[in-house]
This record gives sequence, structure tokens and C-alpha cells, in this order.
Amino acid sequence: MTFFEESVFFGVSVSLVSYGLGAALQKKSKSALCNPLLISVAVTIAVLVTARIDYEVYYEGAKYLSYLLTPATVCLAVPLYEKLALLKENWKAVFAGIFSGVLTTLCSVLVMSRLFHLSHEEYVTLLPKSITTAIGMGVSEELGGYVTLTVAMIIITGIFGNVTAVAVCRLFRITDPIAKGVGIGSAAHALGTAKAIELGEVEGAMSSLSIVVAGLLTVVGASVFANFM
Amino acid sequence: MKYVKQFAIILLVSLAGELMSFLLPLPVPASIYGLVLMLFSLLTGLIKLDAVHDTACFLIEIMPLMFIPAAVGLMASWSVIRANLLAYLVIAAVTTLAVMAVSGLVTQGVLRRNGKGEDRK
Repeated sequence: MTFFEESVFFGVSVSLVSYGLGAALQKKSKSALCNPLLISVAVTIAVLVTARIDYEVYYEGAKYLSYLLTPATVCLAVPLYEKLALLKENWKAVFAGIFSGVLTTLCSVLVMSRLFHLSHEEYVTLLPKSITTAIGMGVSEELGGYVTLTVAMIIITGIFGNVTAVAVCRLFRITDPIAKGVGIGSAAHALGTAKAIELGEVEGAMSSLSIVVAGLLTVVGASVFANFM
Repeated sequence: MKYVKQFAIILLVSLAGELMSFLLPLPVPASIYGLVLMLFSLLTGLIKLDAVHDTACFLIEIMPLMFIPAAVGLMASWSVIRANLLAYLVIAAVTTLAVMAVSGLVTQGVLRRNGKGEDRK
């Protein structure tokens, strides 16, 4: 077993192969639960736990995937640039949507935190849960939250948003591609955007924009909301 | 060479974003500065669309894979989540649904009030 306990390529191979299988399974079953990302993460965790491989060993190989995240986020400017005319024409609706989304995150976290009797530290930890990881970590740290928990919540939010996006849009009769993109991006940052890009170019571009605007609005909004509990 | 050039430009913009994140005292990461810089460069013509387009599309297409390491990292932070697991899961689910619905519906509402949106399709 020592080979697998130290291999740099084993864990990442499991992740990629299970992602591929998940994608094929989704194509066949058309079920939202057969989400390739969800399947890949679940299979990878199961394999690592069963084979007693430390996360650190897995990350030795997997960090190169994470490394590409910053350049890939930078590239989100490209589809946004290609859809800029559409944004100029509809900017009021887009910004109203993102603003209301950020306000909804902050208000609903406040209400739910009171409901579950969370501490002030836990509350501020959850405030940046819908924005992109790197901004969220900064906000959590500044407000005195638990950064590790913030990251975990951001990831859980993202996976949940990615899996449910299509169903939520259908349920609430959100049919306009601009509105879909803004909704998905404001709620589930880059992980949601990955789904929005699959839905279409307009959805992807608007979701990309929402990551930036919602992230920046949350920096300001969370510091105000931190005083409310 | 095409992909090498394109990837180099994208990394240079990321580097510029990293530098801004280092110099400016805001909790804004390199990736967000980089995204804004890239958009600005495309708008001003400093970077031509063709100079980054293909590699950008490739990186965006494989982007979901880049979240796997962090998501698998949930196993490492399990001890922190477990303390209040139910509350956290309910909060994550409810707020995400609420935000997606509200911001989607508000956007769609404003689009329709302005007589845009659906008729554009």
C-alpha cells in the first residue's frame, strides 16, 4: 500500500476519471444529482479515506489544479467582454439583481444564525458564504470568523448551487438567460458559474460578472451586517 | 507557439493582479483584480481578443476540475464542520436557494419592466 500512500498522481487520477465518469453518467441519466463535480468529490474522498491516504499527499498532486484557478478566473473576462453590449443595454437589471442577491445572502444568514443560536464568530464566518473563496477568506478573517469554516461553507454553497441551479431556475420560472446567469453567479460564485457556462454564453458571462460585483458588495455589506448580531 | 503566447499573456495578467492584491490594502484577491485588468485590457485594445481567446476558452472549460482539490479538502476540515453540521447544511441550502431565486427574479422583473428580456430571444 505504501505506493498509493505516497503517489502524487494516484489521487488526482481518481478525481479526473470519476469526473469523466460522472459527466458521462449525467449525459445518460439527465439527473441533477449525477453532477460530475459532486461524484468526483465523493469518490475521491471515499477512496482517500478507504486507502488511508492523507489529504496532504493528495494535495501534493492536486495543487496544480488549484494553481490554475487564478488564471482561469482572469479568463472569465473574455466571455464577459464578448457579451459587453448586452450588459450595457441591461445594466440596471443586472446590478439590481446582484444587489438584491447580496442583500438576501446577508439577511438570510442573519435570520438563520439567530434561529440556530449561533455565536457572533460563527455568524460572521457565514456572512461571506456566497462569494468567491479568496474574497470570502479575507472578509471572514477581518471580521474575526473561522476562516477554515468559511472556506468549507463557500465550497458547500458552490456545490449545492451547481447541482440545484437548473431546478431552481425552472421552479421559479427564471427563463431569461441574463437573469439565470445573475441568479446563479450571485448565489454560488465560480462553482455556480461553471454550471452557468454549460447553460450558455450569456448565462456564463452574466454569472462571471456577478462573482466580481457580488464579491465586492459583500466586502462592504458584511462589515455593516457584522454589527447586527 | 500560439498556446504558449496566449498562456503567457494570461499568466502576466494574473501576475499584475497578484501585484495589485499585494500593494492595495483591500481583501480583494489577485484573481478578481486580474479579471478586471483583463477586461480593461480587452476594452482598450491593449490585448486583442485573438491573443488570448483559445487558451481562455480551454481554461474556462476545465474550470470545474480546479475546484475538486478544495472540495476534497472538506475531509480535512470535517472536525470543524461536524460541530454544527445540521445548522450549517440547512443554512447553506436555504440561503443559496433564496439568493438564486431572489436575484434571478429581480433581474428578470426589471428586464421585463423595461420591455426587454424575453422578446430579445
